Amino acid sequence: MTDIVVTAKQTAPASVVKTRARARTRIGFSWLVPLLYILFLLVPIYWLLNMSFKTTNEILGTFSLWPREFTFANYQRILTDSVWYNGYINSITYATLNTVLSVSVALPAAYAFSRYRFLGDKHLFFWLLTNRMAPPAIFALPFFQLYSSVGLFDTHIAVALAHCLFNIPLAVWILEGFMSGVPKEIDETAYVDGYSFPRFFFKIFIPLIAGGIGVAAFFCFMFSWVELLLAKTLTSVAARPIASVMTRTISISGYELGMLAAAGALTIIPGAIVIYFVRNYIAKGFALGRV
Amino acid sequence: MDKTVNNRAWFMVVPVLVVMAFNAIIPLMTVVNYSVQESFAGNVFFFEGTKWFEQVLHSERFHASLMRQLIFTGTILAIEIPLGVAIALAMPRKGPWVSVCLVLMALPLLIPWNVVGAIWNIFALPSFGLLGRAINGLGISYNFTRDVGAAWFTLILMDVWHWTSLVVLLAYAGLMAIPDAYYQAAKIDGASRWAVFRFIQLPKMRRVLTIAVLLRLMDSFMIYTEPFVLTGGGPGNATTLLSIDLVKIALGQFDLGPAAAMSLVYFLMVLAMSWVFYTVMTRDEARA
Repeated sequence: MTDIVVTAKQTAPASVVKTRARARTRIGFSWLVPLLYILFLLVPIYWLLNMSFKTTNEILGTFSLWPREFTFANYQRILTDSVWYNGYINSITYATLNTVLSVSVALPAAYAFSRYRFLGDKHLFFWLLTNRMAPPAIFALPFFQLYSSVGLFDTHIAVALAHCLFNIPLAVWILEGFMSGVPKEIDETAYVDGYSFPRFFFKIFIPLIAGGIGVAAFFCFMFSWVELLLAKTLTSVAARPIASVMTRTISISGYELGMLAAAGALTIIPGAIVIYFVRNYIAKGFALGRV
Repeated sequence: MDKTVNNRAWFMVVPVLVVMAFNAIIPLMTVVNYSVQESFAGNVFFFEGTKWFEQVLHSERFHASLMRQLIFTGTILAIEIPLGVAIALAMPRKGPWVSVCLVLMALPLLIPWNVVGAIWNIFALPSFGLLGRAINGLGISYNFTRDVGAAWFTLILMDVWHWTSLVVLLAYAGLMAIPDAYYQAAKIDGASRWAVFRFIQLPKMRRVLTIAVLLRLMDSFMIYTEPFVLTGGGPGNATTLLSIDLVKIALGQFDLGPAAAMSLVYFLMVLAMSWVFYTVMTRDEARA
């Protein structure tokens, strides 16, 4: 026994040196892969920013890798024109509404799926998931007719509700995964200690799965923020999303690349802010939950 | 985990059911209703039975869109899944760079889909775009609005740019969930880098990779906005994928019957694929 320990100790320095050397060479190579990938991701975005700071004359006249006549005019026009900035407000409004709605409706359902077996639970779960997989193009026309007939056309709530079609199944799926990771004994102990169900649910259970709620909210916001087909179909003026303002402006005023680029660059900001806040949850969230 | 049988759990599902019934069942029934009728001026209807379904299933146009869709989905899966796994493997495990990598990589996921189209439009334009200029500068004629090959190349590059990060995030999460003890055991056994990947990392990532494949498969089947903004389905019909074709028929030509029948066929295909995947996934879970 002692012999083995001693030999292990004696050989230790050599092997440590070897592994360190190996680790160093591996880092040297593996640095490149994510770096190149991130460069690949950033170059088109750089080009967008580059275009957004150029004047129309410069875009049409010369080809340059950076703006020669640096201008904020494109951004200025967007931020002072009510059609443009209302587009942003509309998009953020319905995405937030949708996130709140999807997560609050999905919470009890996810709890039911993770804790109980009930009549038709598996079929119900699969049916929910099919809605996440249904192509929105199928629903564009019937949604337009449905929301028009109930008088919700061109409101924020219409878009928020319509996006529930794919966000509720996703939220249920993510939350169910997180909830299944919480041992059932915690529920039982709480009941024994005399907690009522609502008190247990809000005081104990929700704090336990706060990370999961964050991840679910992130995904709901993300998919509601980036979706355009349904949002465009269900709105005309009052609740028109920024993305739709963009497409319409291009078609009306011809080729205003600078404006288009500036508007595009501005749509990246809310997403970047959301990512920054959940950056620690993204990877951890995926790992903990069964997403 | 053992679950208690309790049918009262249904009450907790009721809110979800109400919203989903309004959002999914009513519109779906509307589509079913249209799919069996002939419409005149959008308000006079005649029962037509399965006429539209037969028409769709025999239509060359539908076959062509479906073919393009399958080629597109197959190509992006073949590129994005291995690439995503490779990048996740090469990413740092800890330290300040992890957050930087994750934030930057997640960026394309949160850009509105039409802006993604617009970014690539601006980037790839032969006259103003960096990519367009660069490729033409290499002496290769490149114009994605006129040339079919270039349009496909741009479309696939755009999708790789847009969605590989999702695969990276999922695969990375799967890797982070592997306990250190596994790696230590492998080191003691003197396992090669490849063996570690083949027998530890890959099996442990299996679950998240199934989800990645599932999500990319479904989402690539419903892709609409990005190719619509980038190429508008052109040149000609070269990049008209299923959703673009469907919207052209439904909202462009207002052919309710054929559009509804096509919607249902399209939906059933997606449903069948989802079912296969769902079964495989849940079977794996039961075994694990």
